[in-house]
Amino acid sequence: MEQHIIYLDNNATTPMHEDVIEAVHEAHILYGNASSMHGLGRASAQAIEQSRQAIASLIDCSAKEVVFTSGASEANNTVFSIIREQIDLGSKRNRIITTTIEHPSIIETVKYLKSRGYKIDECPVDSTGRVDLATFKRLLGEDVALVSVMTGNNEIGTIQPIEEITELSHAVGALVHTDATQAIGKIEVSMRKMGVDYLSLSGHKFYGPKGIGVLAVKTKAPFTPLVHGGHQEGGRRAGTYNTASIVGIGVAAKLAKADLQAEHDRLWSLREMLRKGIEERIPNVVVNGNQQHCLPGTLDVSFPHAEGESILLYLDMEGIMVSTGSACASGSLEPSYVLLASGVDIELAHGSIRFSFGRYNTADDVAYVLEKLPPIIKRLREMSTR
Amino acid sequence: MTNFMSQWVYTPVVKDHFMNPRNTWKEGEDFQADGVGDVGSLACGDQMQIMIQVKDDKIADLRWLTYGCASAIASTSMMSEMAIGLTLKEAYNLTPAMITDALGGLPEHKFHCSVLGDKALRAAIDDYLEKQGRDNPFKKHVAKVICECKSVTDVQIEDLVKSGQAKTLDQLQEITEYGTVCGKCKEAVSDLFDEFKHIYNV
Repeated sequence: MEQHIIYLDNNATTPMHEDVIEAVHEAHILYGNASSMHGLGRASAQAIEQSRQAIASLIDCSAKEVVFTSGASEANNTVFSIIREQIDLGSKRNRIITTTIEHPSIIETVKYLKSRGYKIDECPVDSTGRVDLATFKRLLGEDVALVSVMTGNNEIGTIQPIEEITELSHAVGALVHTDATQAIGKIEVSMRKMGVDYLSLSGHKFYGPKGIGVLAVKTKAPFTPLVHGGHQEGGRRAGTYNTASIVGIGVAAKLAKADLQAEHDRLWSLREMLRKGIEERIPNVVVNGNQQHCLPGTLDVSFPHAEGESILLYLDMEGIMVSTGSACASGSLEPSYVLLASGVDIELAHGSIRFSFGRYNTADDVAYVLEKLPPIIKRLREMSTR
Repeated sequence: MTNFMSQWVYTPVVKDHFMNPRNTWKEGEDFQADGVGDVGSLACGDQMQIMIQVKDDKIADLRWLTYGCASAIASTSMMSEMAIGLTLKEAYNLTPAMITDALGGLPEHKFHCSVLGDKALRAAIDDYLEKQGRDNPFKKHVAKVICECKSVTDVQIEDLVKSGQAKTLDQLQEITEYGTVCGKCKEAVSDLFDEFKHIYNV
């Protein structure tokens, strides 16, 4: 049976761009180990270095600052492992500051490190998901080794004031990391402008392959490999080069840079079309996040008296793919920690739906959602306890 | 293109009950309930209300409302079909496992979504008997031993959680000494503990 598919889960992952698919496919003939000195090895190495250039150009850093990893989770873990080593070696700076709405690859790493006795403060966010700068300033001090704050949030799309955070942090001598995974290809991400020392990103969030990411590291920032065992990536990440995926992420980076502003505007107009349409057609809805500082393709909405997993599955039947902050979809009894940390009422968190737009969505998709969604919400509300 | 519906995490029966729930109460319907049961809470992500009509000690008719996920909706719908026509005693003894079986199974992490339906039904029967001023002969259902070493039953755990005597697992262990010998029951007790906390919203 053929099915109409409206993919609105681009913050979870994106499909590979056709140019990326072609490049990855072609790169599979570059089977030489990029570390080998012979011709086949050199051909792979050359393709990899081109990709490194493309990444550097996208995030405005130098090519030698780009370290390829298996993804953003590895990149994030690497940063925390570097700082852990600094602390273990007796650094006077022995405290980390992060936020309550980071990606699980940071939240869980923080939990783990705390259980091992490391000092970590999680800075709260305001009701729109923005870091509360007053509290952040109070948390800062000469004992802080690292500040890690994501560029834009995966669930509600809130963009953080990274430049300000970096300035404040550097003033007390702390290093700064930002997980820019969700921001890449949607807003300008410049390592230089943001001033950060470490930056993580992942290929599959901007039409590149899965299983490939980057940790960009300022030349002077401390570094210890997470994966030991080889001289690859300048000794910063061992493991035979994943040539095809590296080529793929390079092509994705070029495409992202080529029409960044146009893509930003297009995503925002689709998002706004959907937001206005929902507010016009469905009574009693709450739009979560920050409406000024928001990733252009992200719309997170709560529907009181309709539970998120049920909404998601009814939409799924219509071929509309979204995600939810509901506990029931996660397998736990706790709904989205991002929404709760932003002060969203727990009932509203259970009834939240994230629509995330991407390169392949159109205004027709929005119209289709606006046709299918209102009766679904109405139906669930009629069935719901009051 | 793939037909995604063929790879649903739920069985076709669950899907059917989710898409076409039976016996829901419709706005404006005049349903004179003899007993009403409310369980769960919106904050926990699922809440249920069951209304029953009783004739000759049988569930003559039933309506329900549910705020919850697909498992919760399907379980309540299935429960409603199973309960109508049962004697009060039979209805009282409906278990989550019977409902889940009738649904052709639920994903493991979804099992808890099926326990509210039978709890709500029992609450409605309790309410009916109370309104009638009758004794409730069903309340002491057969307890199941969870911790064999210390003979701790599910009913004991339920009562301790419901009454607020055991607010944490540690308190529960202090009172019952569950899991202090072989330790095999720890996971099961912890699951039940979470379950009852959820059901009674404590």
